[in-house]
Amino acid sequence: MRLVPADTVRQRVTELILAVSRELPPDVARALAAAHERERSPRGREILRQLRENAACAAAEGLPLCQDTGSAVFFVTHGEDVRLTGGTLRDTLTRATADAYRMGYLRNSMCHPLTRANTGDNTPIVLHLDLVPGDGLTVRFLPKGGGAENMSACAMFAPAKGREGVKNFVRRVVAEAGPNPCPPVIVGVGVGGTFDLAPSLAKEALLRPLGSPNPDADAALLEQELLAELNALGIGPGGLGGDCGCLAVHVRLHPCHIASLPVAVNIQCNSARHGEVSF
Amino acid sequence: MSQPVCLTTPLTKERMAALRAGDLVLLSGTVYTARDAAHRRIADSLDRGEEPPFPLAGSVIYYLGPTPPPPGRVIGSAGPTTSYRMDAYAPRLHELGLAASIGKGKRSQELRDCLRRCGGVYFGATGGAAALLSRHIISSELVAYPDLDTEAVRRLEFQDFPVIVLYDAHGGDAFAGLPKASA
Repeated sequence: MRLVPADTVRQRVTELILAVSRELPPDVARALAAAHERERSPRGREILRQLRENAACAAAEGLPLCQDTGSAVFFVTHGEDVRLTGGTLRDTLTRATADAYRMGYLRNSMCHPLTRANTGDNTPIVLHLDLVPGDGLTVRFLPKGGGAENMSACAMFAPAKGREGVKNFVRRVVAEAGPNPCPPVIVGVGVGGTFDLAPSLAKEALLRPLGSPNPDADAALLEQELLAELNALGIGPGGLGGDCGCLAVHVRLHPCHIASLPVAVNIQCNSARHGEVSF
Repeated sequence: MSQPVCLTTPLTKERMAALRAGDLVLLSGTVYTARDAAHRRIADSLDRGEEPPFPLAGSVIYYLGPTPPPPGRVIGSAGPTTSYRMDAYAPRLHELGLAASIGKGKRSQELRDCLRRCGGVYFGATGGAAALLSRHIISSELVAYPDLDTEAVRRLEFQDFPVIVLYDAHGGDAFAGLPKASA
C-alpha cells in the first residue's frame, strides 16, 4: 500500500485550482486561436479577439478568467493500492477548495438550493470517484460555471429514436441554448448508461483535451458529424452569428439497458477551465 | 463593424432611441450591479411600498456578481451573467424608469415588448471576458444587501466599457435569425 500525506494533496490541489482559474488551458487557447483564424464574421472575430486578450490579461494580472469561478467538480482516479494519511479524500479536496477560493479571491458561488444562502467557501464539492487497480492517484479539476450548466439537458429516449434521435437532441439543446452558455462552447455528450450515468459521461467528456482523438471509432464519427452540424447552426462566437459557435464535441458511449437510450448534453463555456495533478 | 458610440449614464430616452441592435457602445458613468438575489429583494421592497436601493430613472443595471477584489484593485473579474433569469423582475423595473440592462444571452418576449413600450435597451457584454472587462471599471462601492456578498448591489463607475446593443427600443434584435436552421 502506497501512502500519500493528505497535506501534500491539499496543497497541490489548492495550487491546481488557483492555476486553473487564472490560466486558460493550452488546448483551449489553441482552439480559440484556430477559431479566430477560421471565423469569417466580423462580430465573431471581435468576440474571439476579446476572449484571447482576456486570457492574456487574466494570466498577466493574476485575475480569474471569469467572474463565475464555478462549482468545484473533481474526477478522481484512485488506485486501490494507495491511501491518504492524515485525512480522507473528500475532506482533503474540500479543504483545498475552501483554501483556494479564499486565497485566490475566487467567487463563492455555492448556495442552499431553497433558501439561497451562500455556503461562504464554495463548498461542498462535487466528487466523481473511480476506483482502479494499481497505486496511482490522479485528481482532475473542472470549475463549472452556472450559465453553461443551466443550458445542459438529459433525455431518456426509446431505442427506436436511434442514432438520428441522439443527434437531433444534441442539435436541439445547443440551438435552444444559443448565446446563453457563452459560445464558442464545448459540447460533452453521454450516450447510454443509466439516468444518472449519462450526464456523468457527458461531463467527464469535457475533460478530454481538445484536439485529442476519441479512441472509440463510433464516438469519433458522431463527434465529427455533430461538430459540423452544430457550427452550421450559425450561432457563432458570443451567439452573434458566425462559423465558430462550437469548438468541439466530445462523445462518451456506454452500453445501456435494452429498453433505454439515455442521452445527456453537458455544455461547457468558452472559459473551459480544467487541469489535473497526479500523486 | 460600425464605429463604437460613446454614451454616458444616466441614459435619456432620446439617446436610447438613436441606438440600433448591433451597434457597439462604449459606456461610461454610474452603473449598478444586481443579479438574481438582489432582484428578488428589490421586488420585495417595491411590494412593501419602499424605495429601491438606488434611483431607477435613467439607470443601467449590470447583471454581475464579481470576484472579490484582490489587494490594490477596485474589483475582481467582472463579466456578465445570463440575463433571462432576471426577466421575472426586469419589466417592472423598466416600467419604473430603468433605462437599460447589461448581460448576456436571450430574453423573454415580455421583456422585449417592455423595452419597446418603455423605450429601453438591452446591452450585451462578452461572456468569458471578465478579467478584460474589469479594466473598464474604475470604482466600486457597496450600496445595499452586504449579506448577499457577490450578489450585493454595487455602484460602479464605468470608463468606456464595451457593449453591443442586443435589443433596441424599436424591437430590433441582434440575435435575429439565429440559429439559422431549426433543429
